[in-house]
Amino acid sequence: MVTKEEGLGRSPGRTTGRTTTATTTAPTATSAAPTTSGTLGAVPPNAGSPNAGSPRPDGTLSGRERINHMPGAGTERADAISAGRREMLSDARRNQIRSLAERGVKRPRIGADAVCEALVRQGVEVFFGYPGGVVLPFYDVLGDYPELRHVLVRHEQGGAHAADGYARATGKVGVCLATSGPGATNLVTGIGNAMLDSVPIVAITGNVVGSLLGKDAFQEIDITGITLPCTKHNYLVRDPNDIPRVFAEAFHIARTGRPGPVHIDLTKDALMGVCSAEHPETVDLPGFRPTLEGHFRQIKLAAGEIARARRPVILAGHGVLIAEATEELRELAEKAQIPVAHTLLGVSAMDETHPLSLGFVGMHGWKHVNKAIQSADLLIALGMRFDDRVTGHVPTFAPYARIIHVDIDPAEIGKNVAVEIPIVGDVKRVLTALLPQVQPVAPEQRAAYLKEIADWRSESEKAPWHGSGSWRNGQLSADYVVGKIGEASGHDATIVADVGQNQMWAARYAGFRRPKSHISSGGLGTMGFGLPAAMGAAIGRPDKETWAIVGDGGLQMTAQELMTLVQDNIPVKIALLDNHKLGMVRQWQELVYAGNYHSSHLLGPDWVKLAEAYGVAGFRATTPEEVDGAIAAARAVDGPALVHFVIAEQQNVFPMMPAGKGLSDLLEEQFEEPKQ
Amino acid sequence: MSPTGTPGPAPDSAVQPAPAHTAPPARALPGHGESHRHVLVAIVLNKPGVLNRVASLMRARNFNIETLAVSHTDQLEVSRMTITLRGDDVAVEQAAKQLYRLIDVLKVQDVTSDPTVEHEIALIKVRADERNRGEVLTIAEMYKARVVDLAAESLIVEATGTEAEVDALISLLRGFGIKELVRSGTVVMSRGAGSIEEAVKR
Repeated sequence: MVTKEEGLGRSPGRTTGRTTTATTTAPTATSAAPTTSGTLGAVPPNAGSPNAGSPRPDGTLSGRERINHMPGAGTERADAISAGRREMLSDARRNQIRSLAERGVKRPRIGADAVCEALVRQGVEVFFGYPGGVVLPFYDVLGDYPELRHVLVRHEQGGAHAADGYARATGKVGVCLATSGPGATNLVTGIGNAMLDSVPIVAITGNVVGSLLGKDAFQEIDITGITLPCTKHNYLVRDPNDIPRVFAEAFHIARTGRPGPVHIDLTKDALMGVCSAEHPETVDLPGFRPTLEGHFRQIKLAAGEIARARRPVILAGHGVLIAEATEELRELAEKAQIPVAHTLLGVSAMDETHPLSLGFVGMHGWKHVNKAIQSADLLIALGMRFDDRVTGHVPTFAPYARIIHVDIDPAEIGKNVAVEIPIVGDVKRVLTALLPQVQPVAPEQRAAYLKEIADWRSESEKAPWHGSGSWRNGQLSADYVVGKIGEASGHDATIVADVGQNQMWAARYAGFRRPKSHISSGGLGTMGFGLPAAMGAAIGRPDKETWAIVGDGGLQMTAQELMTLVQDNIPVKIALLDNHKLGMVRQWQELVYAGNYHSSHLLGPDWVKLAEAYGVAGFRATTPEEVDGAIAAARAVDGPALVHFVIAEQQNVFPMMPAGKGLSDLLEEQFEEPKQ
Repeated sequence: MSPTGTPGPAPDSAVQPAPAHTAPPARALPGHGESHRHVLVAIVLNKPGVLNRVASLMRARNFNIETLAVSHTDQLEVSRMTITLRGDDVAVEQAAKQLYRLIDVLKVQDVTSDPTVEHEIALIKVRADERNRGEVLTIAEMYKARVVDLAAESLIVEATGTEAEVDALISLLRGFGIKELVRSGTVVMSRGAGSIEEAVKR
């Protein structure tokens, strides 16, 4: 049973010693004040103080630290946290599985114990689950493994997305768990999302006892049949003694090579049966040997291409972040003076304030980036897959460019675009081998080229930006809101986008400086991803502020996870960009379907009230003047908070590449009122 | 700074301007070559569900399998699949690469242009009575097929050979009336001492 106090995450134990008034008053303050002006009242008095963040001599927390859960970078506490994190990840801890006897538990070791041991062994600290009939044997023993933190989500899809967000923010394998039947099918969207974006997660489901398999038993579904095409690999385990091997393989497969989701379906009798198998030290997977090192001859050819190129552009994708090759990317860019364009999932692979970082490319990318690609004579594609949102109509894509394509998955080479120099390998290793062979280029040698792009850039950045905060007739502009959030969080927060216009605004305007600080559902484009993924990201990186930038459509798909934020006190700040529309659908209807706005207008609840009903501090901003105050108020809350930004209803994301067109055919904002 | 004498990019003056608005060459799409028959050999782990994985992948990636023959190899834990499909070289290469992504697939080889022995077996139940039985037997003999079952009004011809040879025999027998036909799908083996399975022997 969960008491009301625990349920709200505000039990005395959690708040003891924290005397901040913001925690306890924020929700009350907003509910008492009128919603449009209630934002400024909740700003703590010391939030803007220059001394905020510095530790006090007596060791207590300063105001900023206390209210944000986040020690300032470089402080002793921050170091202690990162040291603790390193230790938890170290191999030493991995192999420390205490046996049941050592735990003082007197019962036979069953399959469910083997599952818990395997999770501990793989360095899992937290996982996201939802119990049900056939996984109850697992929940029955879970209490004996206090090192495993279980987060009870409100819907299995949220669990899968949370594991996904956790994995993207940390680089570790995320884990989610569900029961058979509907629990398992609810995971599928999250698994598919992880598949399309190459995110390492292990999804565990229960299934009916082995003897009932195929008998249409209660809550039985052929879930391994369903997940087969949307996982990297999947397992059906019927024997408890297979569990140690299967888990070792699953984690290895999920995180090795091109990462991806692995699904393990465990029958109830596998969970309950006595297990005597030991955990293997190594895995034996003869059919799984990813190529990590690039071929030296191809790398040499690539270096030659780079030396000859006059207008090279690097296209940095998700692979750069997955391989943690951001330093190597920067070195390559600087050494040969090559500007870097990012794919949507490659955003944050390079500090956006770096002069060679251009911004993001593709359907809603920056015009100057798309122009740079269309005029390039060499594309160096690193860990990306030439998605149709990046290339547009392929015959018109980068017509003058030769292409070097580095990817760890051989199947990506030549899949969408024919390339001249393919290199199969881990981006980090390939770049490490390539860097010494790249001829250094002085900035002056590229001055004319870089100047040209810079000119395009100043023009393209100006065009769609609403720096005053108002779009038309003083309505709140979404790009401004997103920009302000980036600014307020020091461009260091993990920003998790949902899908649609909010996602494009987030990628374009938040300003990313730290690797893995941008999380977005790229391949599958899963509405409802934002909030649960932010939940996972916040748990994975407790040292960083986490913002979920979501639309009113997406949030209504997974709003139930607001309760999880409260119960587990996960300090996610939600920026709800509410235009009362399915914004991207409306945009397409306006621009492609001649203004036939069918089913793109949607009602939403009173979001501040809804948040408060859940126990989440709620704030609202409807004018540009209220934006800063609302953001500060949400940041000051010790725990989750939601800011309801009421934005312009008809604002579109520009530029936009119409479907079937190329990167040179961008639609841009027309400065006139649309006919409605 | 660039060390002196590096044959790096030319200085400023030589930097090409952005290309003018002339019609740029179209970027070639991968594939779109001539479609013809390919034979792939896949060495896979003999585990439940492997066939399903292969079939599911081919379906999802829009490849149409013409024939598929599966059996275990000399090692019981390893199976061998022979897949024939139609497509251009790039598409089939893509199919092979996608197959490689499956964890249970050990090796995939396109043996279309390799020297191989390629055979399939067909059982053909032909309508034949005392009036035309001799004729059927003559045709079967010419194709080195043999009769494995004989009844008053039908017989079963067992034919082995390449797909083309079996096709030819079937078209000749069609005139007599084929009551039933089953083909095993092509199996291939490379000629000479080399072995496709060699690399996966453990």
